[in-house]
Amino acid sequence: MPIILNHVDYIYSGDTSLAVHALKDVNLVIPDGQFIGLIGHTGSGKSTLVQHLNGLIKPTGGNIYFNGEDIHAEDYNKKKLRSKVGLVFQYPEHQLFEIDVFTDVCFGPKNLGLSRQETELRAYAALKQVGLEDEYFYQSPFDLSGGQKRRVAIAGVLAMKPDVLILDEPTAGLDPKGRDEILDQIAKLKKETGITVILVSHSMEDVAKYVERIIVMNKGSVMYDDTPKEVFKHYRELEEVGLAAPQVTYIMQALHRNGLPVHTDATTIEEAKEAILRALKK
Amino acid sequence: MIRDITLGQYYQADSVIHKLDPRVKLTATICFIVSLFVVRSWVGYMVAAVFLAAMIKLSKVPFKYMVKGMKAIVFILLITVVFNLFLTPGEVLVSVWKFKITKEGIHFAVMMAVRLSFLIVGSSVMTLTTTPNSLTDGMEKLMKPLKVFKVPVHEVAMMMSIALRFIPILLEETDKIMKAQIARGADFESGNLIKKAKAMVPLLVPLFISAFRRANDLAMAMEARCYRGGEHRTKMKPLKYAGRDRIAYGVLAAYFAVCVCIRVYFR
Repeated sequence: MPIILNHVDYIYSGDTSLAVHALKDVNLVIPDGQFIGLIGHTGSGKSTLVQHLNGLIKPTGGNIYFNGEDIHAEDYNKKKLRSKVGLVFQYPEHQLFEIDVFTDVCFGPKNLGLSRQETELRAYAALKQVGLEDEYFYQSPFDLSGGQKRRVAIAGVLAMKPDVLILDEPTAGLDPKGRDEILDQIAKLKKETGITVILVSHSMEDVAKYVERIIVMNKGSVMYDDTPKEVFKHYRELEEVGLAAPQVTYIMQALHRNGLPVHTDATTIEEAKEAILRALKK
Repeated sequence: MIRDITLGQYYQADSVIHKLDPRVKLTATICFIVSLFVVRSWVGYMVAAVFLAAMIKLSKVPFKYMVKGMKAIVFILLITVVFNLFLTPGEVLVSVWKFKITKEGIHFAVMMAVRLSFLIVGSSVMTLTTTPNSLTDGMEKLMKPLKVFKVPVHEVAMMMSIALRFIPILLEETDKIMKAQIARGADFESGNLIKKAKAMVPLLVPLFISAFRRANDLAMAMEARCYRGGEHRTKMKPLKYAGRDRIAYGVLAAYFAVCVCIRVYFR
């Protein structure tokens, strides 16, 4: 179920002197099953953009189509849209409220009006998908560690069985180990279920390893929209807008400048290793 | 959504009124309110109206903003007017069934309406031109004499400024949590009262937890910077009266004197 954004504009506090033009003429097509990284500096409009995708914010100009239907049409069922386009907010663990983990994850599917059995089956499956052990299921969500809380919160959205999963900075505030675990889990989930995943981040390093397409936002507009390899070629321009390419890009560029005949388009450490070995063998 | 609510609004502008010492504005507001009850004649209200209009003009705040504050009290105003209109005994003008409109009733109703709306507009001139922080600063300084009676003036002022500081933060937080729960299929709008109250649980629990967490963090941050209450605490920018503040006090005294004279000479 593809999402199409057609000339989307959004202005915060439109009629006052504090108006902020958060999105400017954004045109995007998000086809089924892609793994997308949405990158931008703080205030670039990426969080505003993802809130448009499930109809939480209505654009001040332009249209958004989900599966060929305008999501802001009069008779469009927004609740159904929100179950199809799952949005996990930044620091999602701040939205936990139930007495135990399992009940909290049940909240989403219960709101969809599913039977109790179906609700519980989905909650169980979702908790398994995020890799949470059974022993935590009946604990208070407030007693868990930060990383575990975040898993529970992500499971809360997954339990609605969305076709598109959007995660806004899922690794914010986690330590490197927790970050890698969450990202690996998401990659695994993507592989197993084949759903569309949009990973919002300000760190190229985090997403380069996983995604097949990167959308770079800058000051409310789409700056680049391409494969990671192509996007990272513009690493100098990225630096100018406060972003950076992964460290390997810099190493490969430096090696190339200093006379080692390597291809400079490696985006992960593995690829870089291969490229360097190949160059050395020559 | 909820962020559109404006509360305790401060309107940024570069005017004489904005620059006045908060103590002057607090005193002036209190004096103005008292003056509304001192004068009882139409001449008096004319003077008050002129004074208020001059203040609004000087403050450079658009009149539209002042009226915005009025919307909230329209209902209270209406009740006051209706009660005064029908329940004041006196010379009967119109009589419908059990209700009688008296001459005195009309007089009182109009007077109350004028008083109340002047009161609201007058105090909103203060809140619109003074930042919450300088307002609490002014209050702290003005209430200092109460320390003799062991009133914890500094602590009260600090609590007030923290509370005011947190209003926008908590509003933003509410907005965020609401959106997140809507994304999980929560419904805050439909259903009867009980269902609506129940629907608030997923919003209120995270909100309370977040408020406690923030309060805890703030307390820790204050202690880390050696905050220990009002004892021996000095200010980086202590309030100091400038020339314009003295002039303002003069104008205020003149206005009040006029009001008292009106009370004495016009009955």
